[in-house]
Amino acid sequence: MVTLTIDGREIQAEEGKVILEVARENDIYIPSLCYHEEVTSYGACRLCLVEIASRGRKRLVTSCLYPVEEGLVVETSTPRVNSVRRMVMELLLARCPDSRVVQDLAHRLGVDKTDFELEEGNYKCVLCGLCTRVCEEIVGVSAISLGNRGVNRQVATPFYAFSEACIGCGSCAYVCPTGAISVKDVRDTRIITMPHVTMKFKLKRCRTCGGYWAPERQLEYVAKAAGLAADAFDKCPDCRD
Amino acid sequence: MKMGDSQAQQTVKTILDRFQNDRGLLVSILQDVQAEYNYLPREALEEVGQGLDIPLSQVFGVATFFKAFSLKPRGRHLINVCLGTACHVRGAVRVLEEIERELGIKPGETTGDLKYTLETVNCVGACALGPIVVVDGEYSGEMRTNKVRPVLESYD
Ligand code: SF4
Ligand code: FES
Ligand code: FES
Repeated sequence: MVTLTIDGREIQAEEGKVILEVARENDIYIPSLCYHEEVTSYGACRLCLVEIASRGRKRLVTSCLYPVEEGLVVETSTPRVNSVRRMVMELLLARCPDSRVVQDLAHRLGVDKTDFELEEGNYKCVLCGLCTRVCEEIVGVSAISLGNRGVNRQVATPFYAFSEACIGCGSCAYVCPTGAISVKDVRDTRIITMPHVTMKFKLKRCRTCGGYWAPERQLEYVAKAAGLAADAFDKCPDCRD
Repeated sequence: MKMGDSQAQQTVKTILDRFQNDRGLLVSILQDVQAEYNYLPREALEEVGQGLDIPLSQVFGVATFFKAFSLKPRGRHLINVCLGTACHVRGAVRVLEEIERELGIKPGETTGDLKYTLETVNCVGACALGPIVVVDGEYSGEMRTNKVRPVLESYD
């Protein structure tokens, strides 16, 4: 355990945790878009900036990446932090003017307009990389990645086509903070819509009730990974005894 | 360039062998694949992913990250028009427009006969001779619109 101070409060924290994690556990608010405790921190959105003083020097660090240390003094909303954070927010707002989540967060941080040129076309992706990290680290298939770079960076399937590795689980849509990826089941088909590609998956029909309940590819993947027989998922969870 | 699967498989396998299937050398491997085909064909990238056991999405991510890689076929000759400050003020834009007109393509594109690929750069370090056009590494200085055709025609 180490002892650190966040906004004047003395806090005990487990070594190896990052500032953001510890702040959350102690109900201290730090805005963030790209952090999720289940996947590796990535430091993409820069909203979680805080000011730290260590060995007499003050500087800004991303709290989702900075591990707590003994005697660390953290301030989550100094004038310097707030001004940089508002600038970041303005940039995000210009990038995703149509995203409710981004608008609400901006509002919460006191940013109601942006001086930067607005991106057009209902573009909602903030390039946080949560979808790609979840796909790789939790689902384990790496069906999508961040392609290109600079202003052209985007979430993409290989060659912007149907990704053969994708099992249609929809975890990307679930974790996406801004709704840039969506998943919808229409009768026997699951439709996953990403900024640059739409993919369709056949849903499996329950042998008993006849309802469509999960993508066939996902069930095949799970059955294989768990060493189950191919007919293990013939019935939906409701009809299983 | 259209090729049978087995050919891409063979070519990529030879390259992977050279690098002992070391995933850490993905960029070098892609460079060699590009040297072989002049671009990165989809089939070859799929082979690379399989051979190194790297998800295709990640191979794609790397292949699209670097400007030196192209996922589209490239021409036999690479034309680089310098649009650096010095060349710019000496009229590089007009030269570029003339090349675009001659070839009917924009920067980043390749002619239908796969003869030329057109790109722009920002300063090639020969400002005093600007505007500069570099074709396959050969510099032509003090370019004018009326010198575009002769320069292009000197390549076949
Ligand atoms: S699609 Fe969503 S989760 Fe993926 S990078 Fe964009 S905002 Fe993040
Ligand atoms: S949460 Fe730390 S950079 Fe996004
Ligand atoms: S600006 Fe063209 S060579 Fe320097």
